[in-house]
Amino acid sequence: MPDPSFVFAQSLSGLTAAMFLFLIASGLSLIFGVLRVLNFAHGTFYMLGAYSAYQLVQWLGPGPGRFWIAALGAALAIAVLGGLVERLLFRHLYGKEELYQLLFTYALVLILSDVAKIVWGTQQKSVSRPPELTGSLSLFGAIVPHYNLLILLLGPSIALAFWFVLQKTRAGRVIRAAALDRETLGALGVNVDRLYTLVFMLGSFLGGLGGALIAPMRATVPGMDTEIIVEAFVVVVIGGLGSFWGTFLGALIYGQVLSFGILFFPRFSIFAVFALMAAVLIVRPWGLLGRPLQ
Amino acid sequence: MRAGLGDLVPMTPMTALARWAPAVALAAAFCVPALGSRFYTFVANDVVIWALFATSLNLLVGYTGLVSFGHAAYFGIGAYTTGLLMKKAGVSFLLAFPAAGGLAGAFALVFGFFCVRLTRIYFAMLTLAFAQIVWAICFKWNEVTGGEQGMPEIPYPDFGWLERLGAAVPAVAGWRTAEYYYFLTLVLVALCLWVLRRIVGSPFGRILTTIRENPERAEFIGVNVRRYELAAFVLAGVFAGLAGGLFGIFNRGVFPDFAYWTKSSEVLIMTLLGGMGTFFGPGIGALALILLNQQIVSYTEYWPLVLGTILVVLLFGFPGGLAGAAIALWQRARRRLRGA
Repeated sequence: MPDPSFVFAQSLSGLTAAMFLFLIASGLSLIFGVLRVLNFAHGTFYMLGAYSAYQLVQWLGPGPGRFWIAALGAALAIAVLGGLVERLLFRHLYGKEELYQLLFTYALVLILSDVAKIVWGTQQKSVSRPPELTGSLSLFGAIVPHYNLLILLLGPSIALAFWFVLQKTRAGRVIRAAALDRETLGALGVNVDRLYTLVFMLGSFLGGLGGALIAPMRATVPGMDTEIIVEAFVVVVIGGLGSFWGTFLGALIYGQVLSFGILFFPRFSIFAVFALMAAVLIVRPWGLLGRPLQ
Repeated sequence: MRAGLGDLVPMTPMTALARWAPAVALAAAFCVPALGSRFYTFVANDVVIWALFATSLNLLVGYTGLVSFGHAAYFGIGAYTTGLLMKKAGVSFLLAFPAAGGLAGAFALVFGFFCVRLTRIYFAMLTLAFAQIVWAICFKWNEVTGGEQGMPEIPYPDFGWLERLGAAVPAVAGWRTAEYYYFLTLVLVALCLWVLRRIVGSPFGRILTTIRENPERAEFIGVNVRRYELAAFVLAGVFAGLAGGLFGIFNRGVFPDFAYWTKSSEVLIMTLLGGMGTFFGPGIGALALILLNQQIVSYTEYWPLVLGTILVVLLFGFPGGLAGAAIALWQRARRRLRGA
């Protein structure tokens, strides 16, 4: 039996990974829930979020609070990028076959990841942790950096804020209605086109924010986009495509399976997550907390 | 079936060309090594194998209407099968090649059994999940697959018999091993394509098209839709496996990324570029994409950027792919001719 503080540290690291995945996957899930398309480019938005944060930190220079401005700025930039892509291109594929929509988002992956290479090169970029959070804390014998702790708090807070907006505000009700019946909503006088752009922007914002916040923890490198997107797919599929709490649950499960899988069966942890994804699809295609599509 | 007006019009040079095009293309392909450039033979071999891979996918996507995002799994399984059998077990190509198709087909049967129960996006996600499982196994099972490093130095098939034959038939003698392998690939792929062509033209193939157009109606007229979809899935897996088996030897090595999800999207793009609605479209797509790639990479390292741009243009401008665009152009020209 491994010692408890080690197990605690391991589950905490799984939890941190889960919070990032939740941020990213919730954007993916939101876009799927309303627009009914799986956005392969979501991982690329995440990568661009990390690069943008790096760039903004470079421009702003060191100093307290600068990192947060950079992270927010990066997420907003990605939201604008998402909005432009939706408005100018993606919109024209709504009536077409699903395959075309999927391949379009894949084309974005190819194009944007090369643009990132042209702009930032292939060398890895790193962002230092914000100065106010460089310390660490000892919890039950495990050393937890302050930054990770903040992420652990930030994840659920964003989740709650998000849930609150979706459940309690008019905008949230409109978004949920759009997920259920687009035509009726249009007939009721809601500008559905604009709503779609907004949802795409909001989803991209979450992806970009995830990337910006992970920049101080992992090196930003080309290729991080194709890796994360598959992970995000696993999370949303396990939890249920388009389901909000499902995505949260999916992220938690993924984080724990991966971090304990690496501990006990290092060779089979990747295998285990995909096996879990397949198993969920076979038994409950709409995911643990999702609803079947009509 | 009522004969269309087109059938009454005497055969024009163009339709004759279309009928003989596959034979002409095959004959032309046989002449490539005679150009004397190792590079041309290499590119041609690449094209031929990918053409089979893309055509196998088209059986699913184009003919049956099932969008698989994990077709690379069967390509990878085929590649590892021949690779392992020929390198580690010393099995002859004669057995290792059909084994690639057989094992890939067996996996397709198991995976497909679950996949065809799902529809649309869930189907695509499950094919992706299974492909990632195959990738993860290839990536991590070091003892057998060589793990991340892959399995280099897959031997070529034994061409001793061809050289002995060369003593009697001079045209057969004196080629390099890679060229013998190209000829072998060409014969095998031509055979596979012929079989696939027979399959899509058969009553079985017609039912697949019916399922694509309207699964409910197919069900109503008594077609067991799932069983037919599974059969298409397995056949597509078998031929992808055969393509993979050929590719591993051609590539002189087998690597886990053969089964990675980006490979699956590459072959989807090829299929789409050539045209999903036509039998030879995916092969044309393979030719176009590989030639273009060879051209572009000599100028710039940003091939994905070019590919992505082509894909966007294709999706917005020519959803029927190259073959679709050519057919549309030809029909318009014919209408104009007839109108005049």
